[in-house]
Amino acid sequence: MMCMATFRIPCALLLLALSAPATVAAEDLPGREIAHAQEKGNCLACHRMPTDPGAVTAATLGPVLKNVRERFPDRAALRAQIWDASAKNRDTIMPLYGRHRILTEAEIDLVTDYIHGL
Amino acid sequence: MNRSRLAAVLATFCLLAPLAQAGPEEDRAAFLATFARKLPGVAVDDYVYGSLLDNADARSHYEDIMAFPPFLPDVERGRDLWEKPFRNGGTYADCLPDSGRMIAGKYPQYDPVEDRVITFEMLLNRCRAAAGEPEYGYGDRATMGLLTAYARSLSDGMPMQIRVEGPGALAKYEAGRRLFFRRIGQMNFACATCHLHNAGGVMRMETISPAIGQAAHFPVFRGGETVYTLHMRYIRCMEQVRAQPFPAGSEAFNDLEYFHSYLSNGLPLQASVYRR
Ligand code: HEC
Ligand code: HEC
Repeated sequence: MMCMATFRIPCALLLLALSAPATVAAEDLPGREIAHAQEKGNCLACHRMPTDPGAVTAATLGPVLKNVRERFPDRAALRAQIWDASAKNRDTIMPLYGRHRILTEAEIDLVTDYIHGL
Repeated sequence: MNRSRLAAVLATFCLLAPLAQAGPEEDRAAFLATFARKLPGVAVDDYVYGSLLDNADARSHYEDIMAFPPFLPDVERGRDLWEKPFRNGGTYADCLPDSGRMIAGKYPQYDPVEDRVITFEMLLNRCRAAAGEPEYGYGDRATMGLLTAYARSLSDGMPMQIRVEGPGALAKYEAGRRLFFRRIGQMNFACATCHLHNAGGVMRMETISPAIGQAAHFPVFRGGETVYTLHMRYIRCMEQVRAQPFPAGSEAFNDLEYFHSYLSNGLPLQASVYRR
């Protein structure tokens, strides 16, 4: 194929880059930054995430987020919680990230993936 | 009217009666009852410590800082502003009741002639205006911020004693109360969401202070260096919930301050305190 002598090294790098996502740890998911950043999800204002050692917070306002996949086997239900927490609890203090357009749909997908893995 | 109808009407009346007579004192009692549940073991007198109220380490750090406040030079600049005579030779002390000592705890006050709430800061500006001086901006840290950092300290230790008497005063109090409970901004929070229902909870790294006690300890120097009047702090909290803040000195904030200060009645005033 293309991987002839002169291309061997670039090709090897390309293959490495392509294979990288398969080995990413939860902490490297792009949704993590969105979830943590104060000007984005700011989830750490309210939630602890004890399985992510980089999630530094002492928050007590929302439930601890761990074993999330057990609580939400269905990813869509988790996404719905993040999109509009008031659907389940009319008086919720959790911001309505989708309904109030605090995050974009794409950002909510990324955050959901990250949270699902906690 | 048949008997069951009458019973229903009476029942409705009995249910509504407590609401009808609810007033400032009932509000305060309801806040106190909520905080007694949310902050068990914390003395009401300690509410003035705000987010430090339940943390012994943070409190002793606070006491250390208050022994030699890094913002003392700022308060002294405030004293210079206070002492410097107006061009007509008068001073704030000449202009204010009791020379401006032990009076801040009586403000905000309702002024029936103007039908509006007068804050302590407005009182200072009234002195300036009466002397032909330009008024200070309510959001201006270098003038109004530092002036109040000193002027309010002349009332240190005075218990807050806000009065809400008569329908005019009550209407302003109610306007402030409505703002306190109204959900605002993209985040959909009310002041009450945090400082009533989640007082004592931790938001990221900070304990949320109860609404009672807040207004008694202002202005604050955040980080030990930046002065915040009460209105500047309101703006900060509104920005945090991504709401469009009202301007410092606005009628909306004056009414809010009236309601908010009433909640602290009986607690001793202290000006220019350290906050993180
Ligand atoms: C201001 C506080 C606050 C913020 C910010 C917040 N939450 Fe929540 N969250 C809550 C509360 C409180 C609950 C409990 C349910 C309720 O009251 O609606 C909750 C519930 C949840 C749940 C359901 C947990 C369970 O076990 O049922 C998930 C998942 C969740 N939040 C994810 C998030 C994510 C992701 C973000 C950020 C993008 C976030 N939250 C931001 C307060 C918050
Ligand atoms: C999302 C939560 C939240 C909302 C909503 C909120 N605040 Fe705050 N507020 C905080 C936090 C956190 C602090 C900093 C810690 C502390 O002192 O309580 C704070 C600090 C304050 C302080 C300073 C207390 C002190 O001792 O230094 C005042 C006063 C205050 N808020 C008033 C208000 C008012 C009035 C509103 C509504 C316009 C409001 N807050 C809305 C979270 C909030």
